[in-house]
Amino acid sequence: MEYHLNFNFVWKYADKLWWGLALSIQLAFVAILIGCVIGLALALAHSGGNRWTRGAVATYVEFIRNVPLLLLIYLVFYGIPSAGGFAYDATFSFVVTLSLYSGAYLVEVFRAGLDAVPKGVIDAGKAIGLTPWQRFVHVRLPIMLRVVLPSLSNAFISLFKDTSLASVIAVPELTYGANWIKTNTFRHIEVWLVVWPIYLAAGWAILAALRQLERRFRLGGDR
Amino acid sequence: MIEFALRTLPFLWDGFLVTLHVSALVVVVSLVAGVAIGIGFAYGPLWLRFPLRVYSDVLRGTPLLVLIFSVYYLLPMMGLNLQPFPAAVIALSAFKAAHVGEIARGAIGSIARGQTDAGKAIGLTFAQRLAWVILPQAVRRFLPPWVNSVTDTVKGSALVSLVGIVDLMLAAQQVIGRTYEPLPVYVLAAFMYFAINYALSVASRRLEARFAYIRE
Amino acid sequence: MSDPLVRIRGLRKSFGATRVLDGIDLDIARGEAVVVIGPSGSGKTTLLRCINVLETYDDGSIQVDGVEVGYAGPPGPRRRPRSESDLARIRADIGMVFQLFNLFPHLTALENVMLGLVKVRGLPNAEAKARAEHWLERVGLSEKLRSLPGQLSGGQQQRVGIARAVAMEPKVLLLDEITSALDPELVGEVLATVRQLASDGMTMVVVTHEMTFARDVGSRVVFMDAARVVADGTPQDVLVDPRHERLRAFLARIEMKRP
Repeated sequence: MEYHLNFNFVWKYADKLWWGLALSIQLAFVAILIGCVIGLALALAHSGGNRWTRGAVATYVEFIRNVPLLLLIYLVFYGIPSAGGFAYDATFSFVVTLSLYSGAYLVEVFRAGLDAVPKGVIDAGKAIGLTPWQRFVHVRLPIMLRVVLPSLSNAFISLFKDTSLASVIAVPELTYGANWIKTNTFRHIEVWLVVWPIYLAAGWAILAALRQLERRFRLGGDR
Repeated sequence: MIEFALRTLPFLWDGFLVTLHVSALVVVVSLVAGVAIGIGFAYGPLWLRFPLRVYSDVLRGTPLLVLIFSVYYLLPMMGLNLQPFPAAVIALSAFKAAHVGEIARGAIGSIARGQTDAGKAIGLTFAQRLAWVILPQAVRRFLPPWVNSVTDTVKGSALVSLVGIVDLMLAAQQVIGRTYEPLPVYVLAAFMYFAINYALSVASRRLEARFAYIRE
Repeated sequence: MSDPLVRIRGLRKSFGATRVLDGIDLDIARGEAVVVIGPSGSGKTTLLRCINVLETYDDGSIQVDGVEVGYAGPPGPRRRPRSESDLARIRADIGMVFQLFNLFPHLTALENVMLGLVKVRGLPNAEAKARAEHWLERVGLSEKLRSLPGQLSGGQQQRVGIARAVAMEPKVLLLDEITSALDPELVGEVLATVRQLASDGMTMVVVTHEMTFARDVGSRVVFMDAARVVADGTPQDVLVDPRHERLRAFLARIEMKRP
């Protein structure tokens, strides 16, 4: 039997896909913002902390990094409210999950970034009489942020792709939009033939924009 | 609590074995394909490198979930009627092969050009240089990111539950469907995933110690 | 003679079991340029880093302009290490130039010099900018104000490092092997800058391998070996007419390495 491709159904519901894409990008954006706060705070707690804080940070990081994101999504959305006797919005629950998830990855990124600030440059900050707080704000932090910027871009793209998992708890992002069209039109093939390139094109466009941004903040000039 | 665990564990255990099965298949297939891709990247002519680049960028740019659904629905259109299990394994392997290919490319690329020259100078053929000079040194650079990618494979395998394969993830869902106690079951399943990956990281440290003879 | 600007007495310092400074006594008067030479591992860089407390010292005393730099409270075994805010205040008056430049890589040449003026000296932006421009011009970099360190040659970076230190108007300037990371053809421009500062009367302590430095800039040369000061005198005494055996051997080795 010959299958005839027919994209009309997909175009008819295209706004589901555009709004879905917009939500996907927003979800990734909020998650990386909160993840950066978590990641930086824990990286500093880890480098300055005692054995207990270091242990707590390591436990959080190891747990999140060794468990599937899908399971974490279910755990936060179904598991925790069922035990606590409350319920919350699926989108909110997903943002919480993805933020905790990105935070665990970004701890490592920020730790490496802090380590990458040369000790001599911090000495130079001491030598001109900067206080520890001034050294952090004016020397360590800005250098570290420039060092980790490429990793943050990659993390953002990765999170953008991960937002497709929000469809399993009915967050109306891009993959959910695709599934909705699919179940309402039975045009499986056409839907995926459209959605796949949307993810690719959006991901590449975002990455190209971020690389442009990195170039502006690159250390080391023309070398 | 212990009684609850004893009641649910047999169901989860079956799923756990399926997760191991899927992961092992994907790891082996993607290792072989990925190393071949990496060699193609490093030494292939342009007509080979170009399609490899397209393949790698497209696959790595696609969400795994979208890839699994696409393979699951697109392959039948091309006349391949696959069961969910092989379809999911193919999708996962194709995805991981692209990642492993980049890791292998980086590892091979990290070996100094002088090594190739030295191999040529003593008269080794291309295959001999690869087998006796380049790859043994590249292994050390390859292993740490590859072990990370194996961990990712185990985690990614949870997505096969979404096309109806009863792995650990779906087994947990089914148990919850009967017991209505999501939290303990999810936590139990999380620890089972954690156990696999923790075992992997211990094994990888041993493996890396074995290859530590190559100094930077 | 007035009190020395830098007064070092019985200074001791160990890294683990290794003693790197073993009872150093040294006075540096205002306006003096003291050049410290010696084989690597003799403790000369550590001595320099102790003066602005980038390294803490275990025993003995370092006073700069009458203030003990590393410790608060009366001398003795129970003295307390200085707080970070004390250290910041003390270091602001002690300039340092580093072997590897250590410029802030995210700031332009101008901003590198301005940072301490604004944040430590509390100068208004316009004034800090004027002063930074003045010093960058003095070291011959008025064309490079907006360049990032990565866009500058090693010699240019080091001259920014010098401007950054002297713009703070420190009481004493510490120079730590400031030419040893430079290509030979870039050494001259940095040497010229330092020579100018010395003739302006800047008090400085210079650790170096560069013997021309010792001859041209030094009003006094100190030779260190194995954690101690072995010889201390005019360049003439120490370099031309060395009396100590280890000093003669050291100078002979340096002489042989010369192309």
